[in-house]
Amino acid sequence: MKNFFSSPLVKRVGAMVALWATVTVMTGPPGNPAQPALGFTSSFSERVSFFGLFPTPRGVLFAALGLILAGIVVLYRRILHTPVQRAKASIVPTYQSISAKRSVRGSWYAAALVVAIMLPHVVTDPFWQSAMVSQIAIYTLLAIGLNVVVGFAGLLDLGFVAFYAIGAYVTAWVTGALPIGAPFHHVIDPFWAIPIAIVFVMIAGVLLGVPTLRLRGDYLAIVTLGFGEIIFLFANNLYGITGGSTGTNQIPFLSFHMGPIKYLWGLDPAPYYYLTLGFVVLFLIIFSSLEHSRVGRAWVAIREDEVAAESLGIYPLKYKVMAFAIGAASAGFAGVITASQTLFVSPPTFSLTFSINILVLVIFGGMGSIVGVVVGGVVIQGFVVYMIQSPPAWYNPADLYMYLGALLVVMMIFRPAGLIPSRRRLREVLQVESGVARDQLTTHMGPHNRVEEDLA
Amino acid sequence: MSENLFDVTNVTLRFGGVVSLNDVTLHQKRGEILAIIGPNGAGKTSLFNSLTGVYAPQEGEIVFTNAAGKSTSIIGKKPYRVSAVGVARTFQASRMFSAMTTFENVKIGAESHRGLGAVGAMLKGPATRRDEHRSDALTRELLDFVGLTSQSNVIAASLSYGSRRRLEIARALATKPEVLLLDEPAAGTNPAEKIELTDLIRRVRDEMGVSILLIEHDMKLVMALAERLYVLNFGSVIAQGTPDEIRANPAVIEAYLGSSDVSEESK
Repeated sequence: MKNFFSSPLVKRVGAMVALWATVTVMTGPPGNPAQPALGFTSSFSERVSFFGLFPTPRGVLFAALGLILAGIVVLYRRILHTPVQRAKASIVPTYQSISAKRSVRGSWYAAALVVAIMLPHVVTDPFWQSAMVSQIAIYTLLAIGLNVVVGFAGLLDLGFVAFYAIGAYVTAWVTGALPIGAPFHHVIDPFWAIPIAIVFVMIAGVLLGVPTLRLRGDYLAIVTLGFGEIIFLFANNLYGITGGSTGTNQIPFLSFHMGPIKYLWGLDPAPYYYLTLGFVVLFLIIFSSLEHSRVGRAWVAIREDEVAAESLGIYPLKYKVMAFAIGAASAGFAGVITASQTLFVSPPTFSLTFSINILVLVIFGGMGSIVGVVVGGVVIQGFVVYMIQSPPAWYNPADLYMYLGALLVVMMIFRPAGLIPSRRRLREVLQVESGVARDQLTTHMGPHNRVEEDLA
Repeated sequence: MSENLFDVTNVTLRFGGVVSLNDVTLHQKRGEILAIIGPNGAGKTSLFNSLTGVYAPQEGEIVFTNAAGKSTSIIGKKPYRVSAVGVARTFQASRMFSAMTTFENVKIGAESHRGLGAVGAMLKGPATRRDEHRSDALTRELLDFVGLTSQSNVIAASLSYGSRRRLEIARALATKPEVLLLDEPAAGTNPAEKIELTDLIRRVRDEMGVSILLIEHDMKLVMALAERLYVLNFGSVIAQGTPDEIRANPAVIEAYLGSSDVSEESK
């Protein structure tokens, strides 16, 4: 009884209630000092239309959604967590027991997903709707991809924007918007630019990775910086191929035709938002299972001690190239969405500042922590969009990076491992700070030359 | 089929003008606990690094023959390839993955020789899961073998020095080697831990059938464990034999204590 609040069920229900209350208040009318509770009370008195189907008060709607979700979770656990499996889990109290907390976290993720799905219905301001795709979802996706390279594999990549650019230009090429013309004789759906671009950036990742990933630390950062600039200059200077400094504005909206299924993405940002959200979720699932797999552990091993990892049979170059290509895949997808939503590509988009911007999201959120990077991306980019949309009187848009820089400095002092650090990264940071470094351990080894007395 | 595990013939390793190993010839029999001793800077760790592919000696040959009788030339192979043919090692300065748990440290060794697996890891298919279970089982078995089961979920950096040594041995054994190279395993451990370690190393050979090649400064440990010794000085083998022979060898005593002239002068 004493610890009833720590039971997973209570936590889960509590989280759901808290989330429900937050969502109802958040979606209510703006604050009014005279009636502070209006956001909550109005959620029961005002009716809103849900997908144009049934007008219901928001509070009831969200509560019903929450209940349905909780029901699904309970059912899922009933079916998949049979008593036998639970017993098995208790017998094996080692490494796997860490995953026991996953079910609680799972309900948080599901709740966050519901919020993300509801968002375009709640945020109706067209500027915000569009920014949610082009400024928040895309940047977050890029941060998730860069996190694989920087956070998981520990490779400082300052030219990540190159993969984003390749994704965008491949889209333009496939849809016939570039001066060199489309690669196919008959027109294909722009939708197919997504897999094609992903394949291209992954190849680019391997091509860049194989020669450069033998370098370590600073050298790698410089080389990737150069790669980003090379791609930028290619885009800028190859008039006949890329359209030069003006780029192209002939890119069509995404469309998908296959048999009876037809879909056309258009000016409305919401469908782009859902497509991007879908891929964000897909990449999140893939990257998080990679993190907890053999590949993820090999990355950590290489990051922490490359020599020891290699002595255990791990080939560092192979895993580094893999991280590069896998991380690049998400950037390639982001490039497709950007190109086909804004309908144009031009070189200035793909500057060094952009790479740094994405890196800031990763560092702010927490290197190596998928949740952290998502939160970091949403928070920082949300802040950036807010400052563009409704700037306070004292704010000068040119100062944006100054404030972000200051934020990063403060973060590095108080939370050096990021907003939501990965536990492992946090340990690494703490160990370095408290001096549990290898060199220090060796000094404990004491004098070697006691041999004389032993021999005598 | 060759009885020898390692055949090192006329190996010379240079760094610029510095000769680190000079015409070294030695061999290790299968199932043997062999020790290499010598003063600091004699080239013991250089020899280890040559045997594991970290260094590539300019001259000579290093051949490893596995239990199936297949011979492999080590020189020019990268460390990860050397690990794959059945050579595992520990390091002089402890090199565990300090932010990971004990269990994870060993598991990395257990799964490093499986295929590429990125696609499998993403899809989490039944084959991947079976692999995971197999690695988990091997890891538990090895942690039990070295006596670290109770510390499975402890972060490696918080282990005692002796436990770290045992963890490194478990991690190296997880790659299923035929020979285990131990670079000063007893350095920094206390007397009680030394006794445990001696016992553990002997059990590795007796129970797991893994040959042992040992560098060690602690003569008590070396004399208790090793069946044969090589003595290195200034990169050359100056003596070899059983512990008793080595103890009585005047060249060895001279190498450790210095020639009589020098010790006269230093007085």
